[in-house]
Amino acid sequence: MSAPQTVEQTEAQTVEPVLVVDDVRLTFGSVTAVDGVSFDVRPDELFALIGPNGAGKTSVFNILSGVYRPQQGSVKLHGHELVGMRPPAIARLGMARTFQNIELFANLTVLDNLMLGRHQHIGYGPLAALAWVGKARREELAHRARVEEIVDFLELTAWRTLPVGLLPYGVQKRVELGRALAMDPRLLLLDEPVAGMNQEETEDMARFIVDIRSELKVPMIMVEHDMGLVMDLADRVLVVDFGSPVATGTPEQVQRDPEVIRAYLGADA
Amino acid sequence: MTATQHEPGRTGRGSDAPASTKPRRRWGRPTLYTSYGQEMALLNTRAKQLGVLAIIAVAAYLPLTLEDDLLALLGTGLVLAVGAIGLNLLIGYAGQVSLGHAFFVGVGAYTAAVLAGDPDGRYLGFGVSEAPVWIVAAGVVAALFGVVVAPLATRLRGLYLAVVTLGLVFIGQYFFAEWREMSGGPGIGRESAVPVVLGNDLTRDGAYTEEQKLFWLFLVVLVIMALLGRNIARSRIGRAFAAVRDRDIAAGVMGVELGRYKLIAFTISSFFAGVCGSLLYVGSGQFSPEQFGLLLSVQFIAMVLIGGVATISGSIMGALLIALLPRLSSELPAFLPFVSSSPTDHPNVFEVEVGLYGALIVAFLLFEPRGLFGIWLRIRTYWKSFPFSY
Repeated sequence: MSAPQTVEQTEAQTVEPVLVVDDVRLTFGSVTAVDGVSFDVRPDELFALIGPNGAGKTSVFNILSGVYRPQQGSVKLHGHELVGMRPPAIARLGMARTFQNIELFANLTVLDNLMLGRHQHIGYGPLAALAWVGKARREELAHRARVEEIVDFLELTAWRTLPVGLLPYGVQKRVELGRALAMDPRLLLLDEPVAGMNQEETEDMARFIVDIRSELKVPMIMVEHDMGLVMDLADRVLVVDFGSPVATGTPEQVQRDPEVIRAYLGADA
Repeated sequence: MTATQHEPGRTGRGSDAPASTKPRRRWGRPTLYTSYGQEMALLNTRAKQLGVLAIIAVAAYLPLTLEDDLLALLGTGLVLAVGAIGLNLLIGYAGQVSLGHAFFVGVGAYTAAVLAGDPDGRYLGFGVSEAPVWIVAAGVVAALFGVVVAPLATRLRGLYLAVVTLGLVFIGQYFFAEWREMSGGPGIGRESAVPVVLGNDLTRDGAYTEEQKLFWLFLVVLVIMALLGRNIARSRIGRAFAAVRDRDIAAGVMGVELGRYKLIAFTISSFFAGVCGSLLYVGSGQFSPEQFGLLLSVQFIAMVLIGGVATISGSIMGALLIALLPRLSSELPAFLPFVSSSPTDHPNVFEVEVGLYGALIVAFLLFEPRGLFGIWLRIRTYWKSFPFSY
């Protein structure tokens, strides 16, 4: 009776979660945006965060990446407490994200945007940059090669040297995903990766997300309104409504949950 | 599947690569690159290499053909270009609007003058006569002032930052004017640094005149500083500047520390301003505190806007145009008989000159926001696709 339990416990200990969010609460004045949200993300997992508009999904992302500071609770990435850290420090720990409304550097080329993703991995300082020869040039070349791998991975070759502002929306979304991948993330946050995309673009993006999981083995958290995509791809789903967690589980469990149905369709459904 | 090869270990044309594997460039295929090193080179097409070489060659030949007064004016333009590049790094690349550039130019000018000044003279001086020494020192001291100012300014953005840096100009003018032992006081001024390169006093006419030798000195300094500017712009630092300028929240999430890069931008920009200041009055031999006023700052901003925001070559074009503006307007009476060259009549050339600054800034912002550099781009595109218009 006790033997199988210990086996399960040791298994749970070896699979240590990448991210642990514990009872996070965020308020703006009297408005409570996030209220007591807790979840964990395991290695290689695609974790989805869904909920109606204004449920606080993006607020959770902003807490994770350090843009907002929660009043209560803790967020641990590989055991490092993130609450109170500033975004660049969190980025150095391996947190990368995309944004709901594309936040690319529109005047820079695709390559430069991706190179900015490499920023924290490139080591030379201002004096080496002034001189360029030697260390700066060597590092630029090495990281350029790494960036080209991402260009290849996301099939951005045709757009490499164009300013991002000139590119179509779907491609911009992909460039933003590439910029996050260039950071060599240990956890990737995708904020509505297929919002506003047509069927074909959505399928392309879904394939890239699957590729990231299977080839790069990067754990991901995805916020998305496209239920078909979420239910097809996600390993586990957290449903939030009005800032509070409603249910957590596999897509099948969540779809059957009466609380979730009520949150989406109303009380009498 | 990428168009170019990628080998993380051995990346392209480097001095360590054996000569036999050095990729050859082919005529007619200017954008065919066979290594990242080629593509990321500063002058990455044959046309750019030859063009820049030709421009430098013509500039180096100018002193042998032009008259000395025009040469002095162009020389001032070259020095101003150094300052304009510095301001463009701050405004154009890093997006931090500063009206305080004249202050850092002043710091550079006084540092150079004090270092090079006669120790037994009327004003403060340490007798360090070698020009390379005081040029670099002027840059470094101005950069240190940049470091001190940056933390105050990085807490603000946009218009508020502009107003704070404007205050800097007035504080600077007060100190320059009141510290008479250093500056000679308003309306009087002090002698500027005398340029001595490797023991040769450039202000003495020898085989070449003072103006010729100074022009060559300025040209060398500008080429070096432009190279440094381009290197910063294309480096990790320059990309971080652009990130801070375009989207500061996303920049932070990408790991770019905003405060740090604003500080670096101010420091580098001030270094360029200091170098510019150290040479700006070398030609005239005399300068006084009121020269580092708001007008000088506005002129630098005009150079950046007219030349082309976030371009190094544009900064140089803008600086040369602004430097030549007084000469252009002084030629006006020959073409426009109603413009008088006497300051007592109206309208006179001095009024026209001031009006032209404003008119140029307004016209460029409205009709060619990318400045002279944008005009160059249009010409280039036109001839690239000639005889078709697209």
